[in-house]
Amino acid sequence: MSYEATFRVWRGDDGEGELKDYAVEVNEGEVVLDIIHRLQATQAPDLAVRWNCKAGKCGSCSAEVNGVPRLMCMTRMSTFEPEETITVTPVRTFPVIRDLVTDVSFNYEKARQIPSFDPGDVQPGEFRMQQEDVERSQEFRKCIECFLCNNVCHVIRDHEENKPDFAGPRFLMRIAELEMHPADASDRREIAQQDHGLGFCNITKCCTEVCPEHIKITDNALIPMKERVVGRRYDPVVWLGTKLGIVKKGQDTPSA
Amino acid sequence: MTEIERHAYDVVVIGAGGAGLRAAIEARLQGKKTAIISKSLLGKAHTVMAEGGAAAAMGNVNPNDNWQVHFRDTMRGGKFLNNWRMAELHAKEAPDRVWELEHWGALFDRTKDGKISQRNFGGHEYPRLAHVGDRTGLELIRTAQQKIVALQQEDHREHGDYDARLKVWAETTVTRLLKDGDRICGAFGYVRETGKFVVFEAPAVVLATGGIGKAFKVTSNSWEYTGDGHSLALLAGATLLNMEFVQFHPTGMVWPPSVKGILVTESVRGDRGVLKNSDGKRFMFEYIPEVFKSQYATSEEEGDRWYDDPDNNRRPPELLPRDEVARAINSEVKAGRGSPHGGVFLTVVDRMPGGAEEIKRRLPAMHHQFKELADVDITREAMEVGPTCHYVMGGVEVDPDTGAALVPGLFAAGECSGGMHGSNRLGGNSLTDLLVFGRRAGLGAAEYVDGLAGRPAVPAAEVEAAAAEALAPFEREGGENPYAVHAELQQTMNELVGIIRKEEELERALEALDKLRERVAGVSVEPVAVNDGRGYHPGWHLALDLRNMLIVSEAIAKAALERQESRGGHTRDDHPGMSAEWRKVNLVCRLGGDPSSPRVELRRQPMEPMRDDLIGLFETDELKKYLTAEELPAGVAGDGAAGDGAAEEKQEGDR
Repeated sequence: MSYEATFRVWRGDDGEGELKDYAVEVNEGEVVLDIIHRLQATQAPDLAVRWNCKAGKCGSCSAEVNGVPRLMCMTRMSTFEPEETITVTPVRTFPVIRDLVTDVSFNYEKARQIPSFDPGDVQPGEFRMQQEDVERSQEFRKCIECFLCNNVCHVIRDHEENKPDFAGPRFLMRIAELEMHPADASDRREIAQQDHGLGFCNITKCCTEVCPEHIKITDNALIPMKERVVGRRYDPVVWLGTKLGIVKKGQDTPSA
Repeated sequence: MTEIERHAYDVVVIGAGGAGLRAAIEARLQGKKTAIISKSLLGKAHTVMAEGGAAAAMGNVNPNDNWQVHFRDTMRGGKFLNNWRMAELHAKEAPDRVWELEHWGALFDRTKDGKISQRNFGGHEYPRLAHVGDRTGLELIRTAQQKIVALQQEDHREHGDYDARLKVWAETTVTRLLKDGDRICGAFGYVRETGKFVVFEAPAVVLATGGIGKAFKVTSNSWEYTGDGHSLALLAGATLLNMEFVQFHPTGMVWPPSVKGILVTESVRGDRGVLKNSDGKRFMFEYIPEVFKSQYATSEEEGDRWYDDPDNNRRPPELLPRDEVARAINSEVKAGRGSPHGGVFLTVVDRMPGGAEEIKRRLPAMHHQFKELADVDITREAMEVGPTCHYVMGGVEVDPDTGAALVPGLFAAGECSGGMHGSNRLGGNSLTDLLVFGRRAGLGAAEYVDGLAGRPAVPAAEVEAAAAEALAPFEREGGENPYAVHAELQQTMNELVGIIRKEEELERALEALDKLRERVAGVSVEPVAVNDGRGYHPGWHLALDLRNMLIVSEAIAKAALERQESRGGHTRDDHPGMSAEWRKVNLVCRLGGDPSSPRVELRRQPMEPMRDDLIGLFETDELKKYLTAEELPAGVAGDGAAGDGAAEEKQEGDR
């Protein structure tokens, strides 16, 4: 059941690089990451690749396989024809460190700007929440932070200039998660729009398509967040309250 | 001399899994300037793989649960070899640690009255595991990661710098602990991306590096699990406890080859999954050991009733502790009753009242994992499973209350520490172990730093030696490929020091390891094009990790040869029984001999007798299965009759 496949792998660092061809053995039941590992072990010991769990749970081995953003550990070789050339390149939105490894620090910086969970006055052990109320945020907490959604999002994929003002689907979803958390006491609707670029999203759903956890990022996080932002801004009661001085402006939680 | 960066901290935590993050959070909460050093990116640690849940006697589902019952289960699971003080602290503090996570934003599954739901698991008397579907480890890591961000946000408000008091060194590997005289003064490592060397000057170091699974061929562990903390501790003069105890999780995937070893959570069995052999027989009923006979169902009917009526039925034997199930599967396969790919069948098909939909709801990650990785729909087909190297019970010998190792300034928590789980860890006890002892080690380190009169200095010679060692694989020319040597080490450990062991094989293993030691010392790598040849160089990284895997392999093999009994995660074909005399013995490893090529030395250390109030939690009949006559509570040693009643009465009070 073995055959020899042609792999075309991007080799190089942030300065320059090239696609290099390798002929490498493939066995039944293997995934792309297995083949990359075989390359490492037999032909290219210095081939840089990030990986950890090899079971689709850690989100480390993100790359683009034949141009499609994917986890290499979840891409079965049986989905390709034996004679097909398989091209593996690093994710495009983040700067290359070496070979298939990219600098994803953008994501960790964005994570720090979003105000954290705020339990209010509730003490540990005293939370009472219903299953149906936690399920919305639980869906978003399935996220394994592979950052494929941020990689594929057209707002920043080829637009470096948007990066400072756009947290990307991953972290807009984090805002949605906190906003829908039944016990969270902060209000991040204003900053979602003002600081983190929710308005950039024009719901093309590319993020949802590439999510290996099958989280409905657009439908369940981004669109409801857009609705909440609009609700916050154009709520007639809030508007009247501010005019009458009963509701004070500036109670929104600022970015961290 | 190559360029070396230097950074000073109060506490340096090595490892960013559950224990490391919790330790770092605690050190920072105690006001210490803290660094977390992680081989991977933040949030990728192997803890994310934990599926079942976090065991904590909150009593949310069954109000009869309390710390005493949890303590008893833990000691039974570990076959009484546990450090009982650790088991006690763990059982007492686990609920607070879980509630704390919730206070930091974790969203566990709920009971009907809105509390944290708890599920059944092997070896736990009551439903005890707080969980989120079957991705509890991810929730723990993400929550701790987000708590770290929250603390960094505080520091940013106060100091204008997120990293002012808590800095994460992602993709950075420590290769040596540094010492000033007899105490810790820091750590030496390299940044994986650039290969740049870094000296972390710190009076206290917490090891939280996880396990050793990558020394074995079939393992559920990721590449990071190379025994770094175990080995760093030994090299710094600390000791390891009971390294012979390695847990082979009974249910790893066996097919396809790319995922061989990857875990199938025990929750599958907690949620009505059953094990069958190629004859279609539920074979676990044949494998209930004497010590567990009274607690497990003897018929399929009773076992099946237990899921809905646990008070009036005994639990099915699929939920025996992991070591028992792993051995049973091993025996079935050896007897020729295995599945096509060398495992047995695990199935939930037609086992849940809600059918396929309920399977998908209860076991979403498993459904996903099998669908995506094996093209198997677990709602319609059985899974093929077999034992996989999963967890090492042995680890750094520590003080139970503070996590302090024998070397001043060195602390350890989580999988790389020893004692808590005895000879076998119960599922679900790991996640709370990380939290309870991660916090304690962070606190212990902070208090140690507070008690110091002056900060230790880093001797230049220590740094030079560490740098030379790290560069050595580039200096050697024409040496072996590290990947090839690694593969052989894994094969050796799997074949000769695996789930069933015997003297002659262990001796062969030690000979093989001796030869591998020379080959490990001779591996060489070529420089890459960037950063002095050391930029993101996986071959070089592996060459350095090999030292650690070799040291822990030697420790495991030596201890396994020495312990002539079978207990928990150590099964000797030639010594099949459990011995009460051996229960009193801890095997302690340290490094000795020529410092340039040190060898693992073993010492027998008597086990400290259990405190009377804790021993009183067990019935005498049960104690007799584990303890020698002299160890039994006064009055029952010679003839049990008189004392038995007293012990049982005391027992009743806890039920």
